[in-house]
Amino acid sequence: MLEIRNIDVFYGDVQVIWDVSFEVKEGEVVALIGANGAGKSTSLKTVSGILRPRKGEIVFDGVQIDKVEPYKLIERGLVLCPEGRRLFVEMTVEENLDMGSLKGEAKKQREKSKEMVFGLFPRLKERSRQLAGTLSGGEQQMLAVGRGLMSKPRLMMFDEPSLGLAPMLVREIFAVIRKIREEGTTVLIVEQNTKQSLAIADRAYVLETGKITLQGTGQTLLSDEHVKKAYLGV
Amino acid sequence: MTSALLEVLLQTLISGILLGGLYALIGIGMTLIMGVMKIINLAHGELMMVAMYVAYWMFVLFHIDPYLSVLIATPLLFFLGVGIQKFLINPVLKVDSILPENQVILTVGIGMVLANLATIFFTADYRSTPVNYATSAWYLSDYWRSSPIELSLSVPWTVSFGFALFITVALWFFLTKTDAGKSIRATAQDMETALLMGVNVKLMRVVTFGIGSGLVGAAGCLFIPIYYLFPSLGGQFTLIAFVITILGGLGSTVGAILGGLILGIFESMTATYVGMGWAPVGRFAIFIACLIFLPGGVASLLRRKRLGK
Repeated sequence: MLEIRNIDVFYGDVQVIWDVSFEVKEGEVVALIGANGAGKSTSLKTVSGILRPRKGEIVFDGVQIDKVEPYKLIERGLVLCPEGRRLFVEMTVEENLDMGSLKGEAKKQREKSKEMVFGLFPRLKERSRQLAGTLSGGEQQMLAVGRGLMSKPRLMMFDEPSLGLAPMLVREIFAVIRKIREEGTTVLIVEQNTKQSLAIADRAYVLETGKITLQGTGQTLLSDEHVKKAYLGV
Repeated sequence: MTSALLEVLLQTLISGILLGGLYALIGIGMTLIMGVMKIINLAHGELMMVAMYVAYWMFVLFHIDPYLSVLIATPLLFFLGVGIQKFLINPVLKVDSILPENQVILTVGIGMVLANLATIFFTADYRSTPVNYATSAWYLSDYWRSSPIELSLSVPWTVSFGFALFITVALWFFLTKTDAGKSIRATAQDMETALLMGVNVKLMRVVTFGIGSGLVGAAGCLFIPIYYLFPSLGGQFTLIAFVITILGGLGSTVGAILGGLILGIFESMTATYVGMGWAPVGRFAIFIACLIFLPGGVASLLRRKRLGK
């Protein structure tokens, strides 16, 4: 469904991604794990078109997308739930959800999707007229996920969804991601919470200083000695 | 308080509110552009001057009432704004320059060019639209014979204020109730995320510059029946819009409306109680006071209340 082929990505003159390739197949949950600064978020930003690869290509559904205008990707069914939630803080909860469904089929189904999101996160319904900036951290993350779901994505990318959340909320978010996958959406997740993300991932890639050093099923990586030592602290 | 003093106070307040409503319209245009582009459009007053000349010539040549010219000048200025954004500002945005604010400097240049073109084509003469209702007014005593005090409402001022109010409300509906309006607000709040959500950010920039210019164009038409016109009048209104934008809090529409009203009332009070010539001084006194005591503008007060911070 999504194929990243040998991309190099730069910030200005500094290369941060070196010849990275990975793929996500339909229906899978794939995790990218690695330390701070390994290039995980950069990879997602490149897939979503905010950054451009200097070399290599990105193919989604058989179409090369690394030269497509980034705002057109959401309509193709590819959405990023960005790091740090990035809500429109001075808009209401409901307006934020509207922003997730600006185009095409998603717009037609807006009210139905809203009900679905409110069913998933009843707290958001109670607060639908409140400004997004007034929500608690956990509610904000739910809204960010909800906003992404409003676009009716076929591939949803999560960038550090558990960042800054209390352990109970982390579990809740991962439960939601599992649910999203069960409903047929493919998931690509970037996390520092290695244990949780490997537990829900079918396959995972380990990124180190901008290169992929390991790959395998979630279970294999969980028991890999290097991963254990470097990321799980055991 | 004697009735004479009360009369002066109320009359001053009324003029202040009427002026403030028009100021708000000018300020909203600048603040919208500020919000989305993150630059101050220092050609704002000059754009208004262009609209005023449009309304002026429409009246002189075709006897079209300035209020009707709103429908002509607003779309015209919209496309002028779109053109400026697309062909002048966007190319400059792409250039790496030693001056980070070179788009702002570009707008100063655009303002100069517009003012000088107007001088070349229309000479530096002062003009006013000789509309026949320019000096007519409604008097309170005509409607309430036994009124203890006398108040008057200038007809063109009141009509202009009404139009400004209508346009502001329409804009509010557009920004809060339509997807296009929400996209503009989203772009102003977080451009990158707006892009991720499928907003064509480049288009939004162009459209916003157009809307901001259209608004100040409408304001120009509304000013024609009550103000005189000359090519270099733009600078003064750019400053007014700038003060309102700061007073309201950069990028906040509600802030700009309140900022415009505050400035209008304050200027009117200064003119009455200190002296006509002091109104611009009052303008900058309030500007500096705002920078020192309320650096986030009115919007920061509103935000504190709504976000509970």
